[in-house]
Amino acid sequence: MSHQSAPRRVLPLIDGDNRTFWTGGEHGRLTIYRCGECGYYVHPPVPFCPKCESRKVAPEPVSGRARVFSFTVNHKAWLPGLEEPYVLALVTLAEQDDVRLVTNIVGCPPDGVTFDMEVEVVFEPAEDLWVPLFRPVKAP
Amino acid sequence: MSRYSEKDTAIVGIGMSEVSRGASKSALALTVDAALEAITDAGLTRADIDGLATWPGEHANGSGFSAVGCATLQDALRLEVNWYAGGGEAPGQYGAVFNAIGAIAAGLCRNVLIFRTMYEATARKTGFANALMKPGQRQGGPFAWYAPYHTYAAALQQALMFNLYVEKSGIRPEQVAQVPINQRRNASLNPKAVYRTPITLDDYLASPIIATPLRLYDCDVPCDGAVAIVVSRMDVARTLPNPPVRIEAVGSSMRYRNSWAQLDAFDTQAQPKVAKMMWSRTDLTTKDVDIAQLYDGFTFHTLNWLENFGFCERYGAKDFIAGGTRIALEGELPVNTGGGALSGGRLHAYGAVHEACTQLWGRGGARQVKGEPSVCATSTAGGPLAGCMLLVRD
Ligand SMILES: [Zn+2]
Repeated sequence: MSHQSAPRRVLPLIDGDNRTFWTGGEHGRLTIYRCGECGYYVHPPVPFCPKCESRKVAPEPVSGRARVFSFTVNHKAWLPGLEEPYVLALVTLAEQDDVRLVTNIVGCPPDGVTFDMEVEVVFEPAEDLWVPLFRPVKAP
Repeated sequence: MSRYSEKDTAIVGIGMSEVSRGASKSALALTVDAALEAITDAGLTRADIDGLATWPGEHANGSGFSAVGCATLQDALRLEVNWYAGGGEAPGQYGAVFNAIGAIAAGLCRNVLIFRTMYEATARKTGFANALMKPGQRQGGPFAWYAPYHTYAAALQQALMFNLYVEKSGIRPEQVAQVPINQRRNASLNPKAVYRTPITLDDYLASPIIATPLRLYDCDVPCDGAVAIVVSRMDVARTLPNPPVRIEAVGSSMRYRNSWAQLDAFDTQAQPKVAKMMWSRTDLTTKDVDIAQLYDGFTFHTLNWLENFGFCERYGAKDFIAGGTRIALEGELPVNTGGGALSGGRLHAYGAVHEACTQLWGRGGARQVKGEPSVCATSTAGGPLAGCMLLVRD
């Protein structure tokens, strides 16, 4: 069997609302839209606050800390060269728990991921974008 | 009870093509087979059909997810209709039925042909069949939040929900197993089911993990097949040969965040408020239900619906299905009596509505539920998608 290289990530189409999310990693920053009036984080990014109806909503850097809300360990080789197992997860932002980010958990064995695990963002460059991934927060 | 328009509509005929893991004919030919069978079963002719609906409409992308849409079928049958609609932005697969109810209530039509065609078995033999995204192309729309993270199948998105349900409910694999074991037993009595050899607990536990906690036997079976039903206005239905299967109540709401990632009812999926809406439109209760054809794209959908319909309490499905006796053909609530999508083939909720009518009309043969069942709860699902109906044989 020939060795196949791993399939590349399927990257998002970029528009005026999601650009800062997918490019902030260049400067090591995770950015999320936030209401300038009431402080509510709005994700996916929309220039409208559903809490106070303000239109003053703009991207703002966050801590990059989050918790694992749910996860799954994928064992199926959907494509040639896909390295499995790998972890698909939803993490909730430390700043606001109704903001969930889809991600892969890296930097630990797949069977080491648990519910509520504390994680922090790392970025993987891909073409002109920086894909936010999360890894366990190191014990102090 | 105020008047709800679905009560003025009824299913009057059903049709199903051959269902297989590799069709002997084209997707359109399967659809024509199902459509003509349903029209004939209803005691109607092509000329009587004045409405046409499907979910989610034609996806001409080779995935087989929805190989035939309204335009193609209408032209194939040379139908003349007053109204038609196909589209995926609806409360689950039964969205096409809800649209038809509205069209009938609006006076647009009297006899609506509703169909769903799957061609995924053939698609998977000829290429990487993925309805979600195309590797190498940038992804737009809501799925763009999932695409970069190697989310190659809906199974992965659903596994996130299933895993949280397992965490909260404490259900164990040997308990989940009762769902596929029961359905395979039912399928063994259904000549049209794709897989008919009974399976055991050991078989379930030995089936490979796809994405934790989903095993192969938790997943429905991609197939080639088409289902059609005819929904008619009640005054017309009463003149036709089959006893009308009245649409007693529907649940079609979406009162959660409509997103596969942000959905607030995550481990229950968007079902609780949908079921609540359905019960609010009828005087019947769970005690009146004779059989249930519950969505089973994955086993956990069925567990969710048992709880969300109120057949058992939240996280009580594991006890409700214990030993498989309650949900068996002879049990107090026979579930997915034809084998469901897990064993019968992924006809995407339209297999379920076909089986509901089969049972309500006493056509179940070896798998017929005893006692002339007259009330069926049926549902569709998948993350933020949820819709349900209560069907009553007049
Ligand atoms: Zn605000």
